[in-house]
Amino acid sequence: MTLSPAEVERYARHLVLREIGGPGQAKLKAARVLVLGAGGLGSPLLQYLAAAGVGAIGIVDDDVVSLSNLQRQVIHATGDVGQAKTKSVADALARLNPQVRVESHQRRLTPANARELVKGYDIVADGSDNFETRYAVSDACFHEKRPLVTAALGVFDGSLTTIRAHERRPDGTWNPTYRCLFPVPPPPGTVPACAEAGVLGALAGVVGSLMAIEVVREIVGFGEGLVGRLLMIDASSMRFETLFYDWDEQNPLNGRGVKSEE
Amino acid sequence: MKLSYFAWVRERIGKAEEEIELPPNIATIGDLLAWLKGRGEEYAHAFEHAEIVRAAIDRRHVRSDASIEGAREIAFFPPMTGG
Repeated sequence: MTLSPAEVERYARHLVLREIGGPGQAKLKAARVLVLGAGGLGSPLLQYLAAAGVGAIGIVDDDVVSLSNLQRQVIHATGDVGQAKTKSVADALARLNPQVRVESHQRRLTPANARELVKGYDIVADGSDNFETRYAVSDACFHEKRPLVTAALGVFDGSLTTIRAHERRPDGTWNPTYRCLFPVPPPPGTVPACAEAGVLGALAGVVGSLMAIEVVREIVGFGEGLVGRLLMIDASSMRFETLFYDWDEQNPLNGRGVKSEE
Repeated sequence: MKLSYFAWVRERIGKAEEEIELPPNIATIGDLLAWLKGRGEEYAHAFEHAEIVRAAIDRRHVRSDASIEGAREIAFFPPMTGG
């Protein structure tokens, strides 16, 4: 895959990096990334993926832009209020980088449609705002063997990890699944949502940008990603902690006693 | 022992971390959670759904039946859902 002179200029600061360079840029251009949620996390994530020259970006969101989104969902602007978020994203990314193909999926990802959606992409990034989607997409990525970068926000906190549950570690044990860390969805109403609890706007920018780094790393392949590690960020006192987690033999996806699909 | 709290567990307890002397009969994470719940309203609130709060001993995630013997630091982190 060759780059045009305009592409060489646009991506110059990535092309000079030994870790990305021409081959890495070609991988980005060939990549298809599915992003769940065009909200606080999705905003910087979508912007940086488009700016980096990811070839195709799918965006799943069934919501419309509201005025109270704009404090943190910086991809949308005042004039977009009332507009479908997928439309607002498509417009914003076209302005940023018209070479990126944006594929709008204006619906909610559910257990019923998750595998079909995930299957059409190389890698998935979950910045959704509900547990139903989080479990549905992580299960779908396990079954369809797709890497998943998954992040979530609390009021002053963020969490981020990368799942490659379809692959084994060098020692032969499986990489952990999302359910090895969070086995079952919390009962409805037990975990406060942003809508009621509020959320620090710039925190969404930090965590969404870290998601973009993980996605670019997964595509290009440099350094060490967050597989088996959960990054916990506490913006109230700027604590960044990395916790390690392993494959759990009791997990319901590929634990002992679960019949293999292979 | 150092206990460290994240996200809404921290908010409900009102502190990010604390040094604590544990009674000798606490052997597992589950025992520790049950004991913490009895330390006051804020702890009871933080751990009212203790089964969804995850724990890490010395930065490694463990199940609630894990032994805390020899642990230097135990972190509690709950699932979050905001996006």
